[in-house]
Amino acid sequence: MSVKPRIKLPDSAKVGEVIEVKTLVSHVMETGQRKDAAGKTIPRNIIHTFAATFAGKPVFSANLHAGTSSNPFLSFFMKVPGPGDFEFTWTDDAGTKITDKQTLKVG
Amino acid sequence: MTPASAPQTANEPMERRTFLLSAGAAAAVMALLPSAASAQEAQALEAALKKVVGDAKPVDGRIKLTLPEIAENGNTVPFELEVQSPMSDADHVKVVHIFAPGNPQPDVAAFNFSAASGKAAVSSRMRLAKTQDIYAVAQMSDGKVFMTKRTIKVTIGGCGG
Repeated sequence: MSVKPRIKLPDSAKVGEVIEVKTLVSHVMETGQRKDAAGKTIPRNIIHTFAATFAGKPVFSANLHAGTSSNPFLSFFMKVPGPGDFEFTWTDDAGTKITDKQTLKVG
Repeated sequence: MTPASAPQTANEPMERRTFLLSAGAAAAVMALLPSAASAQEAQALEAALKKVVGDAKPVDGRIKLTLPEIAENGNTVPFELEVQSPMSDADHVKVVHIFAPGNPQPDVAAFNFSAASGKAAVSSRMRLAKTQDIYAVAQMSDGKVFMTKRTIKVTIGGCGG
């Protein structure tokens, strides 16, 4: 569970440019639909929220449901306001938070 | 099959009327089956829509949803979507919902954008239980709601069991 998420940012960006941010995190995303060998339903455990902030301001977030694949991959865009740090947070049903921080090189 | 029996059945003339009748009946059954399934899906979609947009009437357009035509593995079906919008403070896409009404739970994901996004585009992967229509619903900052749908064939469903 404590596997580091994989983030792909452009090597450098200019102010005002729209950049793509790709994120991938390892998670089972158990849907709550499956049954174990004893016939008992495996409780749901999915990442239900992903949030990305840049320089402290929210840029993008996603509410994920059971229909999202395991190891959720998300790519989104941001208009670069200036230099700063990205902060990413994934939260699952068990309350576990996976976080990561990345600096964007601007210039 | 013995060689003697084959010509015999082939020589039996099938009456034109019988053939047409049976073909018609088969077509009627074919038309009925998917409609029963899609009625259930339409209901699931309606309930899911009501939850997020209330009584707003979605209009067709503005959203480009890219899906493979055939998904061999329903566990990870890649998708891309983009909504046409200036993405300014005054006029931007607030949220885009993805629904798969043929799944046991129709909600796939909701993506929240802001003017800081620059572009209302996202790509991810979803689970699909079976062949169905996928819907994307976009809510704009001015309250307008847009919707689009894509049909996708799923070879092996991905919702466990």
